[in-house]
Amino acid sequence: MYLKGKAHKFGNDVNTDYIISGRYKFKTLDMKELARHVMEDLDPEFYARIKKGDFIVAGKNFGCGSSREQAPLAIINADISAVIAKSFARIFYRNCINTGLPLVECDTDLIEPGDELEIDLNQGILKNMTRGIDIPITPLPPVMLKILDDGGLVEHFKKYGTFNLTEK
Amino acid sequence: MGKTIAEKILSYKSGKNAKANDIVIADLDFVMGQDGTSPLAIQAFNEMKAVRVFDPKRVAMVIDHSSPSPLQGVSQLHQQMRQFASEQGIILYDIGEGVCHQLLPEQGLVVPGDLIIGADSHTCTYGAINAFSTGVGSTDLAAGIVSGKLWFKVPETIKFICNGKLPPGVFSKDLILFLIGDVTADGATYMAAEYVGEAIKDLSVEARFTISNMAIEMGAKCGLMEGDEKTVAWVKAHSQRDFELVQADEDAEYARVLEYDVSDLEPQVAKPHTVDHVAPVGEVAGTRIHQGFIGTCTNGRMEDLRIAAQILQGKKIAPDTRFIVAPSSRQVMLEAMAEGILQILVEAGAAVVTPGCGPCVGTHNGVPSDGENVISTANRNFKGRMGNNRAFVYLASPATVAASMLTGKITDPREFF
Ligand code: SF4
Repeated sequence: MYLKGKAHKFGNDVNTDYIISGRYKFKTLDMKELARHVMEDLDPEFYARIKKGDFIVAGKNFGCGSSREQAPLAIINADISAVIAKSFARIFYRNCINTGLPLVECDTDLIEPGDELEIDLNQGILKNMTRGIDIPITPLPPVMLKILDDGGLVEHFKKYGTFNLTEK
Repeated sequence: MGKTIAEKILSYKSGKNAKANDIVIADLDFVMGQDGTSPLAIQAFNEMKAVRVFDPKRVAMVIDHSSPSPLQGVSQLHQQMRQFASEQGIILYDIGEGVCHQLLPEQGLVVPGDLIIGADSHTCTYGAINAFSTGVGSTDLAAGIVSGKLWFKVPETIKFICNGKLPPGVFSKDLILFLIGDVTADGATYMAAEYVGEAIKDLSVEARFTISNMAIEMGAKCGLMEGDEKTVAWVKAHSQRDFELVQADEDAEYARVLEYDVSDLEPQVAKPHTVDHVAPVGEVAGTRIHQGFIGTCTNGRMEDLRIAAQILQGKKIAPDTRFIVAPSSRQVMLEAMAEGILQILVEAGAAVVTPGCGPCVGTHNGVPSDGENVISTANRNFKGRMGNNRAFVYLASPATVAASMLTGKITDPREFF
């Protein structure tokens, strides 16, 4: 999986309520509508600035808080192609893989707002084109790449009826 | 090289030699959803074109978060759950039965050595009875109820050794708040916690649930305890199922080992608006309290209600305060009635609400108003948690909450013990 886009930067401990506020997430299951409010409490102009394929870049513990899947779904529907952070909260991490949103763990201090990034998920390479540096990333295990390639866990189950993953 | 409890359970359930950081696909013993997460899972189940759940006896849905329904929209979602449950023949706990994390162990559905997923972040609670249980989202829940399996990254483990004896008036809630304050809200992210030592062994199984319940508040995937004779007796009293305890090997490898002496621990309070914002009660004593709440999957059990009754017996809560009590299950409520505990609490001024989540998650049953301070036995005090992001939530033990209700201020409960 090959991704390319611009970095939008946030800080540490971005919780699921910041990703999509409770004001909206209980009101509708229309994910396109939820997407309009993604990260609104941290940056009200955020949605307007996203170009298809861009990245959310953050510090540690991204996605902490509740187990609700509206958070990754709102990000996907805002046309963000991946989230890059120093670390992720665990349930959010699973929910992203399962809903088909790629995650990249790396040292995000090497990325500034607006940097152009290119990511090869299968090779495990992140290139910061603006700064001309390669940033080492923790590669995703094959099991997760397979779920992502299938477009998430629902699609995976549609295809196979159960888990069909090569185990380590 | 030996194995941790997490590595052993995941090895056993996956049929592989699972070590930390491996990815395994493992067989699930039990799968649970609540009313906030089940409707999306039912939707995913249908999108997966699934027809039947893997085993109806191993799947439960619990209507506890907004229960009884406060809104028409919620009623529709509850109806979907009831319909799905009756079509599939799965276990359904309807309004008034209690909080999911109380029901699964209490009804004997989960036992030591089990691998359990629940679409609720506090599913880690059953680690207290030596089971690997963890919270997931709705799509994982759907995959679990379709296939009876799930993929897991085998977690590394942090071992918390708690030596010494808790002083009178200091409880398991104080201990876990202290540990979270120490390692912080993401101190155990991606990891399992193992709680061992004399102070843990001394606790009743009920008090142990409080500690495992809050493992997620340090980011952990599960909060495991080794079983002992108390575990065996408790589980046998609740379940017909056979089981074997799973102990960690002497030479198991840990990411970190942290050692504490709890002998001088004071009652602890988590201040607004994060769970790791912890202070000894003395630091916040005197803070005006408008509402107190005893309940939730953390501290709504018999032992908790007994402690509150011990403090409140024959007394009245302070004027201009409100006191809400939500027994964690119908069984707890019945026992509390039979023992006269509810009588004592209601006479003291408590408003008793339906067994279930009650005001914990802010859907109904006691949303505070702007600027008010609440002291609660729950596990989260995030902004907006109880339904108002202009209120301030303090977390404490049932003893500290009861003592604070008497004075209308945050109060050290040790004078009562
Ligand atoms: S009591 Fe509170 S923390 Fe426990 S399951 Fe219910 S809402 Fe969640």
